[in-house]
Amino acid sequence: MELRPILSTLRRHKTTAWLLILEIALTCAIVCNAVFMINHRLQHMEMPTGIDEHALVQIQLAEVTPSPDIYARAREDLAVIRQVPGVLDVALVNQLPLGGSSSNASIKLDPEQRQPTLSAGTYFGGNLAQTMGLRLLAGRHLQPDEVLDADVVLKALATGDTKVIAPVTVITQAMAQRLWPGADALGKTIYVGPVGVRVVGVVADLARANAYDDATAHYSMILPMFMGAGKDQSYLIRTRPQDRQAVLKAAVAALKKADPRRVVTEQRTYDEVRDKFFENDRSMAGILVGAIAALLIVTALGIVGLASFWVAQRRRTIGVRRALGATRRNILNYFQTENLLLATIGIVLGMVLAYAINLFLMLHYELPRLPAIYFPVGAIALWLIGQLAVLGPALRAAAVPPVVATRSV
Amino acid sequence: MFGYYLDLALRSLKRNKVLTALMVIAIAVGIGASMTTLTVMHLLSGDPVPTRSGTLFYPQVDGNPTPGDFKQPLDVMDYQSAVDLWGAHRADAQTLVVDSPVRLSAPGVNLPTLMPSMLSTTSDFFPMFDVPFRYGSGWSADDDARHARVAVISDDLNHKLFGGRDSVGQVLRLRDTDVRIVGVLRSWRPSPVFYTVAGGRFANGDTADFYGKTQDVFTPFFTGLELNDGNFQQFTCWHMPERPGHLQNSPCAWVRLWVQLGDAGKVAAYKQFLDGYAAQQASLGRIVRPQNTRLRSLMQWLDYNGVVPGDVRLQTWLAFAFLAICLFNMIGLLLAKFLRRSGEIGVRRALGASRGAVFAQCLVEAGLVGLIGGIGGLGLTLLGLWLVRRQPVAYADLAHLDVSMFVATFVTAIAASLLAGVLPAFRASRVAPGLQLKTL
Repeated sequence: MELRPILSTLRRHKTTAWLLILEIALTCAIVCNAVFMINHRLQHMEMPTGIDEHALVQIQLAEVTPSPDIYARAREDLAVIRQVPGVLDVALVNQLPLGGSSSNASIKLDPEQRQPTLSAGTYFGGNLAQTMGLRLLAGRHLQPDEVLDADVVLKALATGDTKVIAPVTVITQAMAQRLWPGADALGKTIYVGPVGVRVVGVVADLARANAYDDATAHYSMILPMFMGAGKDQSYLIRTRPQDRQAVLKAAVAALKKADPRRVVTEQRTYDEVRDKFFENDRSMAGILVGAIAALLIVTALGIVGLASFWVAQRRRTIGVRRALGATRRNILNYFQTENLLLATIGIVLGMVLAYAINLFLMLHYELPRLPAIYFPVGAIALWLIGQLAVLGPALRAAAVPPVVATRSV
Repeated sequence: MFGYYLDLALRSLKRNKVLTALMVIAIAVGIGASMTTLTVMHLLSGDPVPTRSGTLFYPQVDGNPTPGDFKQPLDVMDYQSAVDLWGAHRADAQTLVVDSPVRLSAPGVNLPTLMPSMLSTTSDFFPMFDVPFRYGSGWSADDDARHARVAVISDDLNHKLFGGRDSVGQVLRLRDTDVRIVGVLRSWRPSPVFYTVAGGRFANGDTADFYGKTQDVFTPFFTGLELNDGNFQQFTCWHMPERPGHLQNSPCAWVRLWVQLGDAGKVAAYKQFLDGYAAQQASLGRIVRPQNTRLRSLMQWLDYNGVVPGDVRLQTWLAFAFLAICLFNMIGLLLAKFLRRSGEIGVRRALGASRGAVFAQCLVEAGLVGLIGGIGGLGLTLLGLWLVRRQPVAYADLAHLDVSMFVATFVTAIAASLLAGVLPAFRASRVAPGLQLKTL
């Protein structure tokens, strides 16, 4: 295909051609970034938690009158739940991965440090690791005799008499790698406030309750403390996935029977916890998909509109070309090549712009760098859309009969 | 003349219906997207108490006794600092604020027990924040001091419990304590619920929950602490509190203080008082960073917390980029359209029309497209807001078009299309009449 006639025609319609190029460039830049953001959200939504998600249900209760002994109360409840058919295991938990409301602690490697090394999610509980189905990579889980009532621990900490408590913890692989890169974490000591705590186990993963930031989402530790009944504590039940609804219903009924004066503030499967946590990301991804579709349609319509105009404007010229021996295919190819040329310039500009927008987003929205793969994929998508949009007008141009040349306006 | 141009524009638009439709759709979609996000942005970044916000301030002292180089004080205060500063009564008005979930039932009302959120605050809260009452009023400073068993309830709760009638004098049971209702609020929906905003800078832009509904029950501060003891939530603690949920004299930050200061002199004086208090507490050894005090105004505090959700800001950027693309589209189409009429324009110029007249005629046509696009855009904006209302976000119910945004929709649509029309109209007005006539 000869490019020179196309270029000389475009030179006579410089402004219009540039407008189309700019439109394609802007669309290309925005679509690349929007697709990237969708991908980023989807990836975030797939965040692993390290727990056996489809086997877990949560029940949270609010007390009518405060129990005189919250520890005895929680133990009774645990015993009641354990009696429910279908319950495989149950634990009292202070937070859930992706639960939203979180409990965190600043961790230091040396008590004299001015700034903490990192902030980690703090899970309290005894058989929490077993109930959640955490995978142990090294060391051991917490032993039942190490788990003490929160009162005892707090009193020991307040008086400084730390002999009665067992300051041990199980941490996640991600946290161990961050604290001691490449080294074995077992037996090492971290400081939670002034208290030195020895690492006795490392689990593969346990996501935090407030896992907003992918970089720190997997820094969690389990401390051997039994919190007792309270409004922020909940019972986490492990069952078979197919029994979840039945077990949830039966467990709530059993707890209500044990004390009818309580309010159930939460009863849900873990899948619902995850769904709720990522609700905003899901709707944002939906909005972005809609925006991309609308953008591409508007751009395609713009191409259709301009191409139709050019075809109508050049009807006579086309007729002359046909009369001089150009085939229909020649005319079709002419308009297709013209569009390809404009789209290519637009895409090159668009890539530069996409990169610039990405830099801006990296500054303001903590997005990572746009992977290079988006550039060729974005280019192919826009080429295709350009070709599809121009096909209709180009076919109409090809259908212009040579006899047009002989007519005056 | 304008009437004539309008007539010409209508004829020209009718001549090529497909192209006109393309332009109108482009402008309508662009306007619809950008006005939807702009309305949401306008709702979320507005002033929650327009009558008072200039005089409301949020004092902070750094109550965390842990040594370290912390540049900012904690977002909320420890009990002692907050109550000391409140008790000093150095501002025109001051109020303590803390919220907690409470179990609520109403004797004689056949409803299951509710778990609404309760705000424990002091008497100045209602006049300070210009809170509207439907029945009754707030309580007095004396009630604060006596730990009186009184409460104010929201319009929502009044509807739920008493069907919206005057319930002043009725009794509510909050956990195990009976309180007497002294006031019922008119529907009040500050956006955001500014007086409990804190910790926004740790939320990674996920701040939609600041825009929820207000608490349903308001009780005097100390009354609330007594009747719901054990159910309070700390913002943060530097040690574990001895009894979870009981936070008076605990090593925790959990109470907010708001003050009202009438003029700049008072603001300066209050900041001095705040510094003085921190220095005095430092000499007692209770505070280790006395220089870490702040007195931000309400709007500064909201800004510091980045209350407008990151997603909303992103959507606004996206929508305006979208509008820009729609405009490019329209400029191209208008240009093609006007230049195609070069012959007609040449005749008009040859018959004596000035360049300005041709320019004006073309702009009228562009503006007409904008007006029709604006009507379409309004429909799409309403559709967009309806979609926002169906989103699972706390501010969903706020998303309605107000008069200013309604007007803004048309102004933006016409301004955008006139802007898009300038270049094509200019090019059209430069058409050389002689050349065109020759080719005819």
